[in-house]
Amino acid sequence: MNKIFIIIKREYLTRVRRRAFILTTFLFPIIMILFITLSVYLAAKPGERMKIAVPNDSFLKSSIKTDSSGIAFVVDPTVSQANFDEKGYTAFLKLNSDSSSGEKHYTIISRKQVGLESMGEINNRLNKAYENKLLEQEGINKSVIDSVSTVSSNAIHIHNTVVDKDGKEKEANAGLAYGIGYGSGLLIYITMFIFGAMVMRGVMEEKMNRIAEVIVSSVKPFQLMMGKIVGIAAVGLTQFLMWIILIFILINLLPVFLPGDTIHQVQNMPNAPGMAHNTSEATNILSKITGGANWPLIIACFLFYFLGGYLFYAALFAAVGSVVNEDPQEAQSLMLPITMPIILSFIILSATMAHPTGSTAFWTSMIPFTSPVVMMGRIANGVPEVVPWWQLFLSMAILILGFIFTTWCAGKIYRTGILLYGKRATWKEMIKWVRRS
Amino acid sequence: MPISELRNLKKYFATQKAVDDISFSIEKGSIFGLLGPNGAGKTTLIRMITGIFFPDEGEIIFDGKKFDPVNDIVRIGYMPEERGLYKKMKIGEQALYLAQLKGLNRHEAMEKIKEWFVKLEMQSWWNKKVEDLSKGMSQKLQFVTTVLHEPKLIILDEPFSGLDPVNSNLIKDEIYKLAQRGSTIVFSTHRMEQVEEICDHIVLINKGKKILDGSVKKVKQDFKENLFSIGFDQAPSLNGNSIFDLIGKKDNSYVVKIREGNKPSDVLKYFIQQNAEVHSFNEILPSLNDIFINLVEGTPVSRRFEKVEA
Repeated sequence: MNKIFIIIKREYLTRVRRRAFILTTFLFPIIMILFITLSVYLAAKPGERMKIAVPNDSFLKSSIKTDSSGIAFVVDPTVSQANFDEKGYTAFLKLNSDSSSGEKHYTIISRKQVGLESMGEINNRLNKAYENKLLEQEGINKSVIDSVSTVSSNAIHIHNTVVDKDGKEKEANAGLAYGIGYGSGLLIYITMFIFGAMVMRGVMEEKMNRIAEVIVSSVKPFQLMMGKIVGIAAVGLTQFLMWIILIFILINLLPVFLPGDTIHQVQNMPNAPGMAHNTSEATNILSKITGGANWPLIIACFLFYFLGGYLFYAALFAAVGSVVNEDPQEAQSLMLPITMPIILSFIILSATMAHPTGSTAFWTSMIPFTSPVVMMGRIANGVPEVVPWWQLFLSMAILILGFIFTTWCAGKIYRTGILLYGKRATWKEMIKWVRRS
Repeated sequence: MPISELRNLKKYFATQKAVDDISFSIEKGSIFGLLGPNGAGKTTLIRMITGIFFPDEGEIIFDGKKFDPVNDIVRIGYMPEERGLYKKMKIGEQALYLAQLKGLNRHEAMEKIKEWFVKLEMQSWWNKKVEDLSKGMSQKLQFVTTVLHEPKLIILDEPFSGLDPVNSNLIKDEIYKLAQRGSTIVFSTHRMEQVEEICDHIVLINKGKKILDGSVKKVKQDFKENLFSIGFDQAPSLNGNSIFDLIGKKDNSYVVKIREGNKPSDVLKYFIQQNAEVHSFNEILPSLNDIFINLVEGTPVSRRFEKVEA
């Protein structure tokens, strides 16, 4: 037991001290926050600035208004298609046809191609202007309509409340559940790959350095394998913990990095999708995120399924590493049977997010090959409303049995493979090693 | 009492009988040579002695009791032929780690490592990485990590390959010292001149079977061909005689083979009767190299793969 601890310590310390580990641990949250900041900043930033010349004869003359966006329409009778850029305009709006049914075709003439977003904005503005003109023709006051729509849109609120049999109410938030489920499933998927591959590389390194033979003359091969697997699991948990702490700190520091007017702009953006309309609503959403989801359960399940899934696959990765010789190419083809179910579980996750109670979702969250990723996606939808307790516990129990079984099998392959040089073993031979002893 | 006694060990792999019914014992405090051509089954045999492999059949008695790998391996030190160290790990930490795996606590390990590093002039290496060392240097480090925990049984597979004569002698002296302090050393090698120089007892295996077992002296006696070299001031002319045959002649010396039923003194008497001035008279014993080649020759150089019915 003591020897396993010595191995775990070495595996952990050599990896944690590596420059790559320190870099990814600190850079990942910073890059993530920078990415968020940048996208917020870009969303808040006004788009293309345009000054568009409108001919005198247009109906727009009376109804087009300037607003805060970067696109300005100026009625200027002196401008023509030939001289608009000399007069300081970015583009010239030309009316092509004006049918009696009211259909109008315009062409924007410009020196540079107009961006997709700006084209949409121009179209919107022209529509609005035409709408105003039509309303005026019918004798309806625009300001009346505006005030009515403001009142009506603020009057109706809808949300979904889930009530269980005992009558206990709970806020349902499909979008949030989707986000958490997908995010945590994705994270488990990625980390199983990263840390599984780390185990495999470690085993290959020991085999190729020939240190394996020295070590197994001191400890049992199984101890060496488990020491490595547990040590790397500890590295993974350390990294998660550091990320959570760092992201928490950085989010609290975010207002310092972001200029005040940018935040203000974001908060006041009228149509930015997914953005909070004002400060009070932002805090409202924030409290919904913290309150609506069962965070302690989700985090506990996440850690369980990360560890369970990692342990389930890590031993298999170790077994593959132990049979590979000098050529890393060999590892690729041997890894395929292991990586396939991991990739498959991610595909199933995407498919089952929409139907978390379906039979595919149920079965794949029981089978240990796919359960870590798929079950995380389901748990976010609510325990015990969507995932009954018995399903959760059954899935966990199967996963535990699963990793005990894979570790047992992999241990046998590892024991033989780590000391075998020369020809690469096939899967058939490896199965024989498992059966033999 | 033998430190390790092998009884009818067998280990069959899918394509060959790596070790096929081998028995011998290794006496405590001896320097033991395990010899054999490439692929003879030495490594497999050593892996069974060190507890890495379980024999298919037969048993190993270690220090008077049935060999129990889990507890006994701390009393064995094994340096494999293919050297293995973590390339990116610092040398001091590496030695410490390997020593701790052998059951030493941190404090003991530290003391022993320092002692050995001073002895082999490696103090300045502590914070270097293995990848910075030359082949010979990492060999020395490997040797230190093998014997650090003062094992009762030390198994060294080709310990001198890649070492210059100075370092070879340094290691050789340490090996003698370890043997004097009661450790048993097993050498596995095919460098016969080293075996002849160092070992007390040898076992030769070929194709998974033991073909020779005995002390170096006895083996040489067993394989001697009654050859003598005689040096003269002036080589006498030879007429036919019934005592010996002339095998070779060089300058003023003869190499003769004594015929069955005659003694070396008969040869001397013959020459003295001839009034020849005998300058030197030496028995020529076969070198282990000759014996080795003699015994192994005629068998295919490399083993053929065969189907094993196990």
